[in-house]
Amino acid sequence: MTQSLRTILLFALVAVLIIGTGILQGPNLALVILNMGLVSAIMALGVNLQWGIAGLFNVGIMGFVALGGLAVVLTSMPPVAEAWAAGGVRAWAGILLGVFTVFGSAMVYKRTRKGWLVGLILLVGFVAYNWVRDPAVSAIEAVDPAATGYLGGLGLPVVLAWPVGGLLAAGAAWVIGKTALGLRSDYLAIATLGISEIVIAVIKNEDWLSRGVKNVNGLPRPVPNEIDLQNDPGFVEAAAGYGLDPTLASTLYVKTGYALMFAVVLVILLVLSQLALKSPWGRMMRAIRDNETSARAMGKDVTFRHLQVFILGSAICGIAGAMMTTLDGLFAPTAYQPLRYTFLIWVMVIVGGSGNNLGAVLGGFLIWFLWVQVETVGPDIMVFLTSGLAEGSALKTHLMDSVAHMRLLTMGVILLLVLRFSPRGLLPEK
Amino acid sequence: MDLLNALVALTNFVLIPAMTYGSQLALGALGVTMVYGILRFSNFAHGDTMAFGTMIVILFTWLFQSMGISLGPLPTALLAIPFGIAGTSLLLLGTDRVVYRFYRAQKAKPVIVVMVSLGVMFIYNGLTRFILGTNEQRFADGERFIIRAREFKEMTGLKEGLTFKTTQGLTIVTAIVVVIALFWFLNKTRTGKSMRAFSDNEDLALLSGINPERVVMVTWIIVAGLVTIAGTLYGLDKSYKPFTYFQLLLPIFAAAIVGGLGSPIGAIAGGFVIAFSEVAVTYAWKKVLVYALPESLEPESLVQLLATEYKFAVSFMILVIVLLVRPTGIFKGKSV
Repeated sequence: MTQSLRTILLFALVAVLIIGTGILQGPNLALVILNMGLVSAIMALGVNLQWGIAGLFNVGIMGFVALGGLAVVLTSMPPVAEAWAAGGVRAWAGILLGVFTVFGSAMVYKRTRKGWLVGLILLVGFVAYNWVRDPAVSAIEAVDPAATGYLGGLGLPVVLAWPVGGLLAAGAAWVIGKTALGLRSDYLAIATLGISEIVIAVIKNEDWLSRGVKNVNGLPRPVPNEIDLQNDPGFVEAAAGYGLDPTLASTLYVKTGYALMFAVVLVILLVLSQLALKSPWGRMMRAIRDNETSARAMGKDVTFRHLQVFILGSAICGIAGAMMTTLDGLFAPTAYQPLRYTFLIWVMVIVGGSGNNLGAVLGGFLIWFLWVQVETVGPDIMVFLTSGLAEGSALKTHLMDSVAHMRLLTMGVILLLVLRFSPRGLLPEK
Repeated sequence: MDLLNALVALTNFVLIPAMTYGSQLALGALGVTMVYGILRFSNFAHGDTMAFGTMIVILFTWLFQSMGISLGPLPTALLAIPFGIAGTSLLLLGTDRVVYRFYRAQKAKPVIVVMVSLGVMFIYNGLTRFILGTNEQRFADGERFIIRAREFKEMTGLKEGLTFKTTQGLTIVTAIVVVIALFWFLNKTRTGKSMRAFSDNEDLALLSGINPERVVMVTWIIVAGLVTIAGTLYGLDKSYKPFTYFQLLLPIFAAAIVGGLGSPIGAIAGGFVIAFSEVAVTYAWKKVLVYALPESLEPESLVQLLATEYKFAVSFMILVIVLLVRPTGIFKGKSV
């Protein structure tokens, strides 16, 4: 079977699975799977750029995804005027001071190599930072803490948050790339794992920025609201024309709207990635991945190229993260779990086929489909498996309760099976 | 100024917790370093192996408690540890047979094996949650304190109290015993020497007739012992929650890398470096400073450098600094 036929067949399989879900379990679930499938595919594309094409092992995807989510809050929420008056400028001045201190000390170290001077700058900067920031933060957090207690965003259209999410993630990637790239592959892994935990910790605890664990809900939406549609006589009439109940029609309309927007982003990014992969740049990246030493001997700046591709891949993850938060309409920092947002994406890339952009996209859809379906079908299987046990027995209750954890196990088994028997994935790199 | 009270407060809030946490991290980091030295990959499943081993200990503890067996003032969990080690050894050896051996025979790139360990992590994670769930479990029993704050105050007449929990004492003592036993094993026994030889130079070790599969098997059993003990001590001292154990991966790896991957001494040093910095940076120093400084210099703020929630940032910062200044760690580890 040729590669292109295989690609077409596997994508057709995904289409059949999603349409089948639509027929058997309702169109709503099918669209839910499709929407998150599109987002997952974009994340997988970003990771594929880093791992599949450049061989960089990033286990901090969750952090970049969360930064994308933060971008949605910072861009699209209306500003809280009272909080800005209470100390908005001062809080940001404090942050800027902190950033300047860190960069300043890094510059000083590079120029002078004097450890004590750097320590002194850091100490003074830190005290000043606390002095500027702390009163402002308490003042902001005191402004109507139940409803706001944060600065709010810029009140811009929410779609703008997507590129902003990419930029935010790219900035974080630049900082971490500058420090950890060029070291061994495992070290980059640990460093990225660490930075993602830190990003989540910051988002959870800096209430003045994004309300911390109190969540930000009611984020602006790029598509109309279901309730508004149901109250719109024109829409109700049009829905009746298709023989649809207005409630169902409105949810389908909204979800289809998201699906179209996400599909546009995915197609743009996919085309760009394919062009990049086939260009001289893509060949150079693969040459670096396959043999760093000879690429270096050919005069390629390996560290710079690694930094470049690391930033690009992370930016894509940030965009996907912003899209996901837009879809949810809610920014909840506690929802970011590494197993779900880092390691699941890795499973997608490996299963799909690392090094092949279409493979990553395929893996994104397929694994996301499984992830959702194991949850819905799992309990049924467990009912069947435990049918021999007495009703109400302790073991049966326990097994039924733990069925939710089956998906971790399933994902682990899938990852191991693919790595063992088909290490190049479903759609191998050409 | 009251230096004695300052010293007591310092011991109570910084030295004892950091010693305890450091011992737990050191045991965890020893496991990471052993796997890295002998099997030559960073084992991402380490935290979840720890959670699995502790889970078996908890299950046996509950069994013993229901049978009425106890150790008097000491926690019953100590009796259950051997069973935990046995269970974890079986799990690790089984995983090695089914999963890792294939890649070893293939001489796969380390980063591929790291990825495989991600899959193993998923499976262990699922197993633990499947059997015991995600909730917090408490399984400590026996006498809770060696020294109570009130008794200490009465005994010494100082204003500041000192508490020393049984679990803290137990952690430090156990860690010392385990580390001595491990170093004795590595330096004095035939198997231990063959393991060090294998770690230093695989080809030479194979030439001199060392059986690699045996070395690998012994390594996994030792790792099972280390993680089960470390996990149980951590669970007794704080509490058991599978996700917390997954998160321990970061400080444990930081400890192993800071000390120098592949160096057992380094793992111990790294564990204490990480633990002491984490506690020192996230502790509010006001109490100690009020005692230690003359009244005119007393601080008004809490003098806490970072909120406790940012403790991961501390291990991360140390990791980055060490990697930039001395990429092979304090005690020259190996770098593949």
